[in-house]
Amino acid sequence: MTVTTLLAISLGAILTNNFIFAQFLGICPFLGVSKKIDTAVGMGAAVTFVMGLASAVCFGVNKILIAFDLGFMQTVAYILVIAALVQFVEMFLKKNIPTLYTALGVYLPLITTNCAVLGVALLNTQNEYNFIESVVYGITGGLGFLLAIFLFAAIREQLEVSSENPKAFDGFPIALVTAGLIALAFMGFSGLKVW
Amino acid sequence: MNFGKQLKEGLITQNPVLVQVLGMCSTMAITTSFFNGMGMGVSVLIILTLSNIFISLLRKIIPNEVRIACYIVVIAGFVTCVDLLLKAFVPALSNSLGVFIPLIVVNCIILGRAEGFASKNGVGASAVDGVCQGIGYTLVLIVMCVFREFFGSGKFGGGLLGGGALGSAPGITIFPEEFGIKVLTLPVGGFLTLGCLIALMQWALAKSAKKKEAK
Repeated sequence: MTVTTLLAISLGAILTNNFIFAQFLGICPFLGVSKKIDTAVGMGAAVTFVMGLASAVCFGVNKILIAFDLGFMQTVAYILVIAALVQFVEMFLKKNIPTLYTALGVYLPLITTNCAVLGVALLNTQNEYNFIESVVYGITGGLGFLLAIFLFAAIREQLEVSSENPKAFDGFPIALVTAGLIALAFMGFSGLKVW
Repeated sequence: MNFGKQLKEGLITQNPVLVQVLGMCSTMAITTSFFNGMGMGVSVLIILTLSNIFISLLRKIIPNEVRIACYIVVIAGFVTCVDLLLKAFVPALSNSLGVFIPLIVVNCIILGRAEGFASKNGVGASAVDGVCQGIGYTLVLIVMCVFREFFGSGKFGGGLLGGGALGSAPGITIFPEEFGIKVLTLPVGGFLTLGCLIALMQWALAKSAKKKEAK
């Protein structure tokens, strides 16, 4: 493992294989919490944090499962770990950083059912990343999510003010078309290579 | 228990994808070939029905405070069963859907129906609801697959028809691939197709509501 490998993983997670625009992971919060830039950035930051933490913890859990020959319990174990982790983060923030806790509000518990979090844990196992690679992939994947949701929220705020779309496209459809166009822009990164 | 009414809700008025806008990740990610869409739809249908039945049975035992965690454990159990069965009997499907099979655990349709329907209704009604919502989901997946495959690469029924092994069958070529709108088979196509489908649904629902008002 070298710095180049880590750089390649990071660039891939943020740009070329962006969790939202190329892998379709975490679409629900992406569409649900992107009406305002502030909340979108808060959500992105929280997801980044949980994804990094989940990658690290699930790496250990996977090692334990394999040691006891319980590989088939992976999905159940991961989702329980993630649910517990989110609960733990929630309690920690409530006690120690109450300002951030109130800012995130209801979005915190929702992270449990964000498929980007479970997705990153499963992808780490599937790609057989080691500990450091897993954590880097988790954090940069989260940063990719943050970038995507920030761009999307910024465009949506403008759309609210000056939308002249057909009536049938109000709400979700126009948001999806917008996301599609950003995805098209992100395809431009697909030629990017680290060597 | 009213099967006809529930079927109509699942297919049209309360369609999980087009009206409730749940389960978007899988809808856009795997609708690239007929085989994938069909497989994903049927897997979700089975898991949704089973989890609805079990959660409905357990609804009086599960304490209110920890219900979401309990639902997730039940769902994760069924997802693991389906995942292992697919790996054993339909490895081609398991390979092409990849990480999206275990990710059914966090598919909001299943948790949404558990919380919104199965936790309040009897076993029979919950089972019917699972089947109807599952059919609604599968139908949307199939429509998206057929559309993206046909206009994207000029084929129909990729992975299932046209000879060859299950999962790697080339599909029936209707027009040469060079004339297809290649972008529809890429992630971008998923966003655009689903956006247009939801718009179509909103238009149709608004029109039928207007018609009812006129009467």
